[in-house]
Amino acid sequence: MGAAQTRTENKYQDLAEKTGFSQEQIKNLHKRFQYLSGDEETISRDDLRKIPALANNPIRKQIIEAFFDKRNQHQDEVGSFQEIGFEQFLMVMSHFRPPTLKTTDEEREAMRREKLRFLFNMHDTDSDGTITLEEYRKVVEELLSKSGSIGQEAAKAIADAAMLEVASTNVPHMGPDDFYEGITFEHFEQILKGLEMESRMHIRFLDVDAPTMHCGKSKS
Amino acid sequence: MPVSYVHLWLWRSVVLICLVLGVSAVNGESKSDTHHHGNGSSITGIPIVSFKWHHVETPYLIVLWILVAGVAKMVIEANHHVTSVIPESALLICVGFLFGGIIWGADQKQTFSLTPTVFFFYLLPQIILDAGYFMPNKLFFSNLGGILIHAVIGTCWNAASVGLSLWGCHQGGAMGDIDIGLLQYLLFGSLIAAVDPVAVIAVFEEVHVNEVLFIMVFGESLLNDGVTVVLFNVFDAFVSLGGEKINAVEIIKGIISFFVVAFGGSLVGFVFGLLISLLTRCTKNIQIIEAGFIFVLGYLSYLTAEMLSLSAILSIAFCGICCQKYINANMDEKSVITVKYVMKVFANGSETIIFLFLGISAIDKTIWVWNTGFILLTVFFVFVYRCIGVFFLTWIQNKFRLVPLEVMDRIIMSYGGLRGAVAYGLAMMLDENKIKEKNLMIGTTLIVVYFTVILQGITMKPLVTWLKVKRASANEITLIEKVQNKVFDHMLVAIEDISGQIGHNYMRDKWKHFEEKWMSWFLMKPSARKKHDLVFDVFHQLNLKDAMNYVAEGERRGSLEFIRNETAFIDFKKKFADEYSEAMPDITVDMSDSYAAHSSMRDTVPSISLELHDQNTNGLRETEDINTHHLLQQHLYKGRKQHRHKYSRSHFTVNQDENEVQEIFQRTMRTRLESFKSTKMGVAPPKTITKHPKKDQQQKMPNGKSTDNGKYCHCDDDDFEFSGDDGASGYDPSAGSFPMRVTYRPGAGIENPVFMPDLDPMAPMQIPPWLAEAELDSSTVALSQRAQTGLPWTPSNLQRLAPLRISTRSTDSFMMADVPASQRQDEHLPPPPPPPPPSDDDRGHL
Repeated sequence: MGAAQTRTENKYQDLAEKTGFSQEQIKNLHKRFQYLSGDEETISRDDLRKIPALANNPIRKQIIEAFFDKRNQHQDEVGSFQEIGFEQFLMVMSHFRPPTLKTTDEEREAMRREKLRFLFNMHDTDSDGTITLEEYRKVVEELLSKSGSIGQEAAKAIADAAMLEVASTNVPHMGPDDFYEGITFEHFEQILKGLEMESRMHIRFLDVDAPTMHCGKSKS
Repeated sequence: MPVSYVHLWLWRSVVLICLVLGVSAVNGESKSDTHHHGNGSSITGIPIVSFKWHHVETPYLIVLWILVAGVAKMVIEANHHVTSVIPESALLICVGFLFGGIIWGADQKQTFSLTPTVFFFYLLPQIILDAGYFMPNKLFFSNLGGILIHAVIGTCWNAASVGLSLWGCHQGGAMGDIDIGLLQYLLFGSLIAAVDPVAVIAVFEEVHVNEVLFIMVFGESLLNDGVTVVLFNVFDAFVSLGGEKINAVEIIKGIISFFVVAFGGSLVGFVFGLLISLLTRCTKNIQIIEAGFIFVLGYLSYLTAEMLSLSAILSIAFCGICCQKYINANMDEKSVITVKYVMKVFANGSETIIFLFLGISAIDKTIWVWNTGFILLTVFFVFVYRCIGVFFLTWIQNKFRLVPLEVMDRIIMSYGGLRGAVAYGLAMMLDENKIKEKNLMIGTTLIVVYFTVILQGITMKPLVTWLKVKRASANEITLIEKVQNKVFDHMLVAIEDISGQIGHNYMRDKWKHFEEKWMSWFLMKPSARKKHDLVFDVFHQLNLKDAMNYVAEGERRGSLEFIRNETAFIDFKKKFADEYSEAMPDITVDMSDSYAAHSSMRDTVPSISLELHDQNTNGLRETEDINTHHLLQQHLYKGRKQHRHKYSRSHFTVNQDENEVQEIFQRTMRTRLESFKSTKMGVAPPKTITKHPKKDQQQKMPNGKSTDNGKYCHCDDDDFEFSGDDGASGYDPSAGSFPMRVTYRPGAGIENPVFMPDLDPMAPMQIPPWLAEAELDSSTVALSQRAQTGLPWTPSNLQRLAPLRISTRSTDSFMMADVPASQRQDEHLPPPPPPPPPSDDDRGHL
């Protein structure tokens, strides 16, 4: 469907199929990418850090890290890149594509899981499949670091309380020998059910030529 | 439903009595008649008791009707089977029919009906204020575009299409001979166009549709009230102007006035919202009445807008929307709760009255000018054009919306176009001189209202189920969700930043910055500003809830003392622990060093993990209950007066008397001292009642261990929850101000209970090497014991207390407690007299 625009550039075509963006969107993002990287082939953490608007974001570090995380590239790899090319950049961005009316239920479900996975990976810094208390605390601390009044202790307390919530909702009947190691992806999914992630976790990618239609493969 | 039947008979008799008493008369002539017949009240001479009905008539009737409405609602609500099928609003209307019938039967005349004045001045404002005040702001503003499209364009479309189609049918001869012109049709269309917030809330409250859908319907209904009133006024002016005089200029003026009225009204509301916020900034000393300001100023904004002939509904709605954040932060927590409840009382009450009277008003011969064509066509057009409008507008919107509205959502949106009391109120306002068929219009409006509220209301729920419309997740908001939400927002902003798009999130972020920087600075108390944070807020709320559950739990277990003295108890614990070594040097002389050292330790040790604390709770429940009970009973002062009644109107506090508090403290201290001495003498206490100071001594006794653990939980909880203000309250252990000044401020615990672990008055100290070792040991042991995790002893609903316990106060106390006794004995074996260090820790925490 991405071929509605008769762009023949193979590269964009490929990317469009891979990521589900329309070619216009890809073109836009590519412009942005070039701007950020200073016309280089790849982008580094520093490039992203330099974005002025990002300076105030308390979880800037995690976000940037997510771009360099191999897990977000759908290739079953673990670890992180030093630099990423446009394709990887686009891959990460594709997590934030909005659904369209044409998206089927299964696709929607797949998208939801992907988005969740992205969020999960952001928390799970050591890629071991669980968000441990330490990891979670860290995020919460940074998250709250900008709100000033809340001290570290409080952040810790909040993280702990949240963690315990997860533990108690997911393992309501913990046996005496159980130990809650951390939030697994399944638990994460469970606990964030109410957030309606699938209908919220996306941003608008501008299509210059076709501003009203988000056409593109729904598959990603 | 036999029950309600009986009740209804009761009503009937109540109402009949009222009627016999002459209640039935509001307007002059019949009133005096019944009155004189019923009770000859003209007595000569000095009456001992006189019956002065007329003296109290109006307020009496009002109050009586309020009572009747309330009781009617109560009866309706008593039957869950019925309300789950038929929405309450529909039932209320039906009850209204019944009452109307009774009144008609008694009076042959409809004496009570909803007048526009009463409706627009006394019943509607609080409902709209309530809607605005409880509006989920973020949701509302992020969907504002769509809402506005529906509210403005949709309403205009409805008004125009219904009016024109009816006129067309009239021209086609479908309605026979009625005297309605094009403009009148348009006027009628405009009053019937608006979806009614009262009806919408009443129905949609029952069906929990997803929040986007809800906000679309609800936001639309709220805003289009303003729009419809404006439209109505414009057309009303046109009608009085007469067809010939209307030219392009007048029409343009009408359109301009439309915008002026709508935006002006919103602006007035905004200004008043700011005013309220500013005012609540400085109401610290009049907390009792600060809640009243919201209502007074809200109402004032309504009246002001009305006075300026701006949209009063929009005004009060925006007033509520603007001020909610700031007043909630500025006001005392109790006032916030007061506002919430009073708001609900008002809104719910007037909603009930409105529906009841919508029913009652129907039983009136004069308004029923039946015209089948007109009525049926109106119902048909209203329904059809609503659907067309919604589908068309959402179709356009979907091209721009990030998340498109699905077909199901659209159907529900169309179907949710319930008309209500606003339409009726407007219909009543029609001028009979200008519009000959006023009664027909009123009757038709009522039919439309009944059709939508009753029929659509009843079928809404099955439809939602049948269409599998996405429902709202009904669960309460959890802390983790709140945290994730925040992560989420930041993430979206960041992605937008990186991808160089300027989207909603970006704008929202910018607005938030602005708002935090300027608005909050201007409108919020400095103290409130500091504390204001959503995550914190939820955390705080959850903690409060847990604390309450905790208390309830205690009560359930029968330790009522604990409940009543809760605050004292908690504060006491804390104090006591801090004080102990200083207060009783003679006793603790030999161990005072270690005391100090230990008590400070907990701050230096990082808390380890969630699971640690769980251990205490394992397998101890049985003993724990007993122990807690004993503990509490022993240490609590049974005050002579638990509650000192104060007859002051401006203060609402309990037990503030310092002396009393001191006495409590001293007494408790005394008992503790005694018990302590007895242990020191080597006298084992009877049974296993333990006091903190000698905790570990007991622990060394083979059977005493478990009891300690049990107590831990309790004490820790308390400390954690309520001791937050110790530091703040000026209690300074080092000053040696011993037994005095136990803080016992009411509400002290509420202020910021959990978040001041740092203020704990313990001075950090160095850890004696041997202890440090113990520390290590214990932590490893503790880790190995992780296996025994279980949720805290508390039932699952109390879970949140637990992390608090762990996290701020370091875990060492737990660890110490849980380290096998043998291990400790290794550390400090020879001491029969001096209690080993861990105990100090414990006490430190208590």
